[in-house]
Amino acid sequence: MTNHHPLDFDKNVSRALNDAQLIKNIKSAMATLVFKRKTIFSDAAETEQLRTLGNALKKKALSKLPQLLEQLEEKCTQNGIQVHWAETAAEANQLVLDIMKSHGATRLVKGKSMVSEEMELNAFLQKHGIEALETDLGEFIIQLNNETPAHIIVPAIHKNKDQISKIFHDNIADAPYTEDVAELTAIARKTLRQKFYQADVGLSGVNFAVAETGTLCLVENEGNGRLCTTVPKVHIALMGLEKVIEKLADLPPLLRLLIGSATGQIITTYVNMITSARREGEKDGPKEVHLIILDNGRSKIFADPRRRQTLQCIRCGTCLSHCPVYNRIGGHAYGYIYPGPIGKILNPQVEGLKAAGVLASASSLCNACEEVCPVKIQIPDLIRRIRNESYSKDPNCTIEGYGYKRNLVEILTWKVWEKINTHPLINAAGLKILSILGIKLPKIGPLKYWTRYRITPELSKKSLHELVKQHGVDHE
Amino acid sequence: MSEGSRHRIFSKLHAATRQTTAPVSQSPGLPIKTYSQKEKIEKLKTLMEAMRTEVHITGAENWIDTVEDVLKIREVKRLLYAPRTEIGKMLEHQWEGAAGDPPQLIPYKKDVEQMKEMVFNVDAGITSAAGAIAETGALILWPSDKEPRLMSIVPPLHIAILKADTIHNSLSEVMQKENWPANMPTNVVLVSGPSKTADIEMTLAFGVHGPKELIVLILED
Repeated sequence: MTNHHPLDFDKNVSRALNDAQLIKNIKSAMATLVFKRKTIFSDAAETEQLRTLGNALKKKALSKLPQLLEQLEEKCTQNGIQVHWAETAAEANQLVLDIMKSHGATRLVKGKSMVSEEMELNAFLQKHGIEALETDLGEFIIQLNNETPAHIIVPAIHKNKDQISKIFHDNIADAPYTEDVAELTAIARKTLRQKFYQADVGLSGVNFAVAETGTLCLVENEGNGRLCTTVPKVHIALMGLEKVIEKLADLPPLLRLLIGSATGQIITTYVNMITSARREGEKDGPKEVHLIILDNGRSKIFADPRRRQTLQCIRCGTCLSHCPVYNRIGGHAYGYIYPGPIGKILNPQVEGLKAAGVLASASSLCNACEEVCPVKIQIPDLIRRIRNESYSKDPNCTIEGYGYKRNLVEILTWKVWEKINTHPLINAAGLKILSILGIKLPKIGPLKYWTRYRITPELSKKSLHELVKQHGVDHE
Repeated sequence: MSEGSRHRIFSKLHAATRQTTAPVSQSPGLPIKTYSQKEKIEKLKTLMEAMRTEVHITGAENWIDTVEDVLKIREVKRLLYAPRTEIGKMLEHQWEGAAGDPPQLIPYKKDVEQMKEMVFNVDAGITSAAGAIAETGALILWPSDKEPRLMSIVPPLHIAILKADTIHNSLSEVMQKENWPANMPTNVVLVSGPSKTADIEMTLAFGVHGPKELIVLILED
């Protein structure tokens, strides 16, 4: 979630809005994702029931989070999985590096992991002379092009196939130029097969970690997850601490919700459930499995009972696909690894309002995100909370940097507004004066900003009060 | 570093739960749909075929003939198999004195460290499926010391042998019936088709990393 450059959201948005190709690519892909989800969740009553269950299961897990994490650690350890804890992204990076070093390893193959993006793991390892290679096709494409994911589920969706053809041709030795998707896929297969064969260590994310059994569950369509977690002699799994669930029996409904929401499938091609390292007598699979559990700001969110629901998120990305703002600016404009509605509430809570609070302004509060969220996170409500805390001086505020937007002009303006509107005589007199003088709203300060894309309101000659007095109210 | 971090993370989490421990109501599970044996086979076949899996329903006696046909059509030269399984033994038996030029049987009998190059260079792998799920259309692969994990993911063609009476209604049902929580193996995988991706313009392409083709034989008594 880190961002090295201060976020210039306005500039990012302007750039995105002016990139016609980007918007076209994003819009068409999002329409497909929305459509596919609809076909899976076609029965409204059943979907509602399923979402209620998903909400309850994640809430239950969060209500006993420390106990479940302890149980997960204990079970994993019993099963021979080594568990590590990282408070920050930097610590998690160091843990990965130390494991690699202890094996003299220089080659890492990676399955898709948003936590690793959050850690900026690839750049860190590269600095230490380790090749960290993305193997998910979408992630592979953006890694070749030196980019971050534009979408949680379909990371390279901002590029069309012509652009990808060029990226492949320019960056993969001996890759012929082709715009055929099957051929491009075959090039990726050939290139990455060799890497799977040679890699010393494989890395993956975790979709759900089951405390009851110490099982790491991972969903995927490509098989790169299976290869990363089976071929190399060491497997490192990365998870945010909110990924733990209580029981194996909780898994089936959560899988349906995650998969249906993410890609509109009834099930992915592969659902991996990993419970141990290679056992005595088994002929393959990693001999060592490490699980790194990352906090990186999550415990801060956990501390607030209302904001805690942010941690219910299962990273399906469907709030992005349904968001009218995301659809018009794509993922990169948000400036953080987690874009879209979930990013608007997650990043400000982790990074503080000063750094990322502006993201909460990019919402029309249309509620689409909440309506589709598989675990019913009240995203618009939390956006309003972030907006309120941005201006508040109430010491009960809990988001870091609250009140950062408070300023004298605005406070005074609202004070005056309050006075005028609570005193009928001042109100009437004020309006009369304004309309007689024909004063227009001055384009200064916040009003200048406000009127940049909006028509400046003009004051009517007669106030609403006067009109009502003259004409009465038309009851239809 | 990890120990100190662990301590700090847990202190924060414990402090937070002490402040706010709202009881969470238990939500009822979803109703389980049940299918007849015939419906289970039909549902599994339909769903897996929709994911571009080739499904054959054969008799428990003559499944191996179907395997031979499949291998012949695809001109498979080398077939990776697990010699200590029931399937492996039957294959060996059938191959003894087989007429013509059957594909070479490659037994996965050593650790991958001694077999890796071979495993990565066979044309096909054949494994059992421990069961299947009708509701979503997926096989349950349950690798073991007898039947290693890579057999079903590395070769470009995966052939899976499934007994019809091991098809369950749902994942929830099989987890409960077979008491999975007490018996989780190193790795369980649900497989619903050949490897695929839609990462380029949402266009579906098969065989990006795992098997390009999946063939399932459902054995009926």
